[in-house]
Amino acid sequence: MNNLKKNKIIDSSFKTLGIFFTLLGVVILIILLYNIIKVGYSRVNWEFLTSLPSRKPENAGIYTAIIGTLDLMLLTIIFAIPVGVGAGLYLEEYAHKSRLSRLLEINIANLAGVPSIIYGLLGLGIFVRFFGFGGSILAGALTMSLLILPIIIVATREAIKAVPSSLKEASFALGASKWQTLSKVVLPSSFGGILTGIILSLSRAIGETAPLIVVGAMAYVPFVPHSIFDTFSVLPMQIFTWTTRPQAGFAIAAAGAIIILLVITFVMNGIAVYFRNKWQSKLQ
Amino acid sequence: MAKQIAITMETKIEQTLPMDKIVDKALKKTHTIEVTDAKVWYDDFMAIQGIDMVIKPNTVTAFIGPSGCGKSTFLRLFNRMNDYVDGFKMEGKIKVNGRNIYKDKIHVEELRKEIGMVFQKPNPFPKSIFENVAYGLKIQGIKDKKLIAERVEKALRQADLWEDVKDKLKKSALALSGGQQQRLCIARTLAVEPSIILMDEPTSALDPISTSKIEDLIFELKEKYTIIIVTHNMQQASRISDFTAFFYLGKLIEFDKTKKIFTNPEKQQTENYITGRFG
Repeated sequence: MNNLKKNKIIDSSFKTLGIFFTLLGVVILIILLYNIIKVGYSRVNWEFLTSLPSRKPENAGIYTAIIGTLDLMLLTIIFAIPVGVGAGLYLEEYAHKSRLSRLLEINIANLAGVPSIIYGLLGLGIFVRFFGFGGSILAGALTMSLLILPIIIVATREAIKAVPSSLKEASFALGASKWQTLSKVVLPSSFGGILTGIILSLSRAIGETAPLIVVGAMAYVPFVPHSIFDTFSVLPMQIFTWTTRPQAGFAIAAAGAIIILLVITFVMNGIAVYFRNKWQSKLQ
Repeated sequence: MAKQIAITMETKIEQTLPMDKIVDKALKKTHTIEVTDAKVWYDDFMAIQGIDMVIKPNTVTAFIGPSGCGKSTFLRLFNRMNDYVDGFKMEGKIKVNGRNIYKDKIHVEELRKEIGMVFQKPNPFPKSIFENVAYGLKIQGIKDKKLIAERVEKALRQADLWEDVKDKLKKSALALSGGQQQRLCIARTLAVEPSIILMDEPTSALDPISTSKIEDLIFELKEKYTIIIVTHNMQQASRISDFTAFFYLGKLIEFDKTKKIFTNPEKQQTENYITGRFG
């Protein structure tokens, strides 16, 4: 009886603690958002979006940074998704369970936790200097791809592992080859999970600044990039530079840019979640 | 009710026993399976300890035995489904239509079009009913939509499912009941037009009514196909099969006409098992 009572108290206190911490995270997020919106709201208008950066805070816009961010993301998607999903597929479905594959597995999981600045230095050494891409969008996107590859690989593997082996067996038993089974049964069934991993990784990439500083993204780019070999700026970079300026006007501009960055991230996630849900309802 | 079905089935068996005379050879050529001294290891564990067996065309053969006796492993040798199991090793010969399926230059994909399989738990793809049945045809590269539609309808009719699903072919297969799903899986197998069908406890996850439907179906399919079925259900084995093989601890203890096995088995072990004294 005494024990029962004790357990009940532990249960309810743990529940309260859980609610408190959950609310804590949400409340802090709301306060942050509220502050940013309060400060930056006045700057968010069409002119701000379409103006080039300027020395005067009231004239400064984020046109080049937005275009830079979108270009960088697009290139990163093109590089990282095929390689990441392919590597995940290989490790889960083709690689023999040997000591080497286990070593690879552990290393990839570890790579997901490597600080992003390290990837920046790697990008600087390989893409900027060795391949001579300079501080270009290409070098930036390749570096970003390296950064998010481990996340995509791990997510792909988990999603593929979750496909029931009975489905694979059914496909094989009907005379399907390995590739047919993968492309017609395994990948469609794991699409939702893979997409979730991609969303997470891109959300991380869109906010990264450190590796791009090292690779050589510019704080001040007075023109829109025309090719993948042009220099570029991205929104987080622009925000970072503005917050270091002494003029109060730049702080407001930075807050405005943060709002735009958040909107882009939410829209991107929203689109991906929409496709995932649509896909899943189609399967059911 | 169930008893009545069982009785009618047994009479059916009596009527159709002289199989070789009834089969119209031009209609569908089926194959003999010859197994010579098959041995299987999973790493160090010897799961099959040297089995010889000949399975005749257009018969239903039931594999019975307690769990872990190797009957499923043995069944999966015929379409090489054990190939994916880690540590699987096999010795001996299995000839289908005279070709050693583990030695001769055999495409596993081709073999599996000839030898279909139905699994223990219904495992339809998360696709539409139509796409499930069309799957085997599409992976063969058949593009002719009319032909695919015809074959899908034919397979669904053969599996006695057409009337249930003809108005909702585009609906997800996962919305069907368990028994319907299993008949869909049979239709999916039939659409590829195999000559041998392996069934690994196909009714163990189904209710008695769905089970009797599947058993009826197996009975009809025997006309055109060779069927090998693993079952834990003694009554099922005696109802639907022509031959029964009793496995124990990786060995084939007895293999004979079903009637003989269930009325007058040679071995004491077999008798103990079918009378429920162990297993």
